[in-house]
Amino acid sequence: MADIAFLLLIFFLVATTMDIDTGISRLLPPMPEDEELDEDQEIRERNVFVVLINKDDDLFVEDGFYDVGELKEMTKQFFLNPNDEENLSEKRELTTDYFGTMMVSKGVISLRNDIGTSYGKYIAVQNELAAAVNELRDELCMQRFGRRYNNLDPLNEQEANLITDAKKVFPMAISEAEPKSVGGN
Amino acid sequence: MSKFKKAGTKGLPSINTASLPDIVFMLLFFFMVTTVMRETNLKVSVLIPEATEVKKLEKKSLVSFIYIGKPHRNLQTTFGSEPRIQLNDAFATLGDIRDFITSEREQMNENDQKQMTVSLKIDQNTRMGIVTDVKLELRKASALKINYSSRKKIDEALLRR
Repeated sequence: MADIAFLLLIFFLVATTMDIDTGISRLLPPMPEDEELDEDQEIRERNVFVVLINKDDDLFVEDGFYDVGELKEMTKQFFLNPNDEENLSEKRELTTDYFGTMMVSKGVISLRNDIGTSYGKYIAVQNELAAAVNELRDELCMQRFGRRYNNLDPLNEQEANLITDAKKVFPMAISEAEPKSVGGN
Repeated sequence: MSKFKKAGTKGLPSINTASLPDIVFMLLFFFMVTTVMRETNLKVSVLIPEATEVKKLEKKSLVSFIYIGKPHRNLQTTFGSEPRIQLNDAFATLGDIRDFITSEREQMNENDQKQMTVSLKIDQNTRMGIVTDVKLELRKASALKINYSSRKKIDEALLRR
């Protein structure tokens, strides 16, 4: 009996993979129903945070070439715009249950890559953008409630509402344009 | 005198193994319950990129996988070394993605269909061209929840602290 159990045990020991799948979750925009151009949704230029990656994996942000490491701070500044600068994003009023009425950014990140961009670089940039938004949410929750955003429990009703409100204040507003093939392969 | 003689010949008492099967069974059940059998044989080599903002994928039954990468070295003679898409156990083309999504969807409960997630396991050296094409196909198939599979990178700044 014990021998058979041992045999099975060894089989399952070998067959088991303990890795948990992790990754960056994104929601793709649905296909447009018809060819109507959404002109009413026109966004002013100052509210668009342009991020471009070319085929050589160079990163172009707003006005020049930058390193991936600098992207997070720039994104945060763009959304926060603490001194109401002209070239950073505009703000609008938003009322949420937990944070009351506050000024939130109208900004949108526009991410465009070349077809020759490497996937690794693309993920690195996506990751930095996600990190920027997560940090903004985190700072907000820390400031108001002394709680870390990442430690909030979505199963707890109150904390789940707090998460939704934090998401409203700092949405993950990344719009991905169709890549252009510039400069070939 | 016999007292001492006896002590010398006795040797080590054997360990009682009566509880061994119990322990083995316990371990066996543990591994049986935790095991997730690998469903697909990878035909492409995939080294997924690293990221810090990763989230765990909950509920394996709601997740479908799409692999993109170069074919394994022993398959490169027949399939070339350009990155290819793998669905289930076979190489596929862009046109197959929609059928794949539909069939995956049909296997789920109706309630779960909305929560279906597509996990993209893509090699980090793949060019974005094929990735964008796949994403477009997923949009057409309205499988909008996607997950760029990536490994958790340990933040170096945190380590230094």
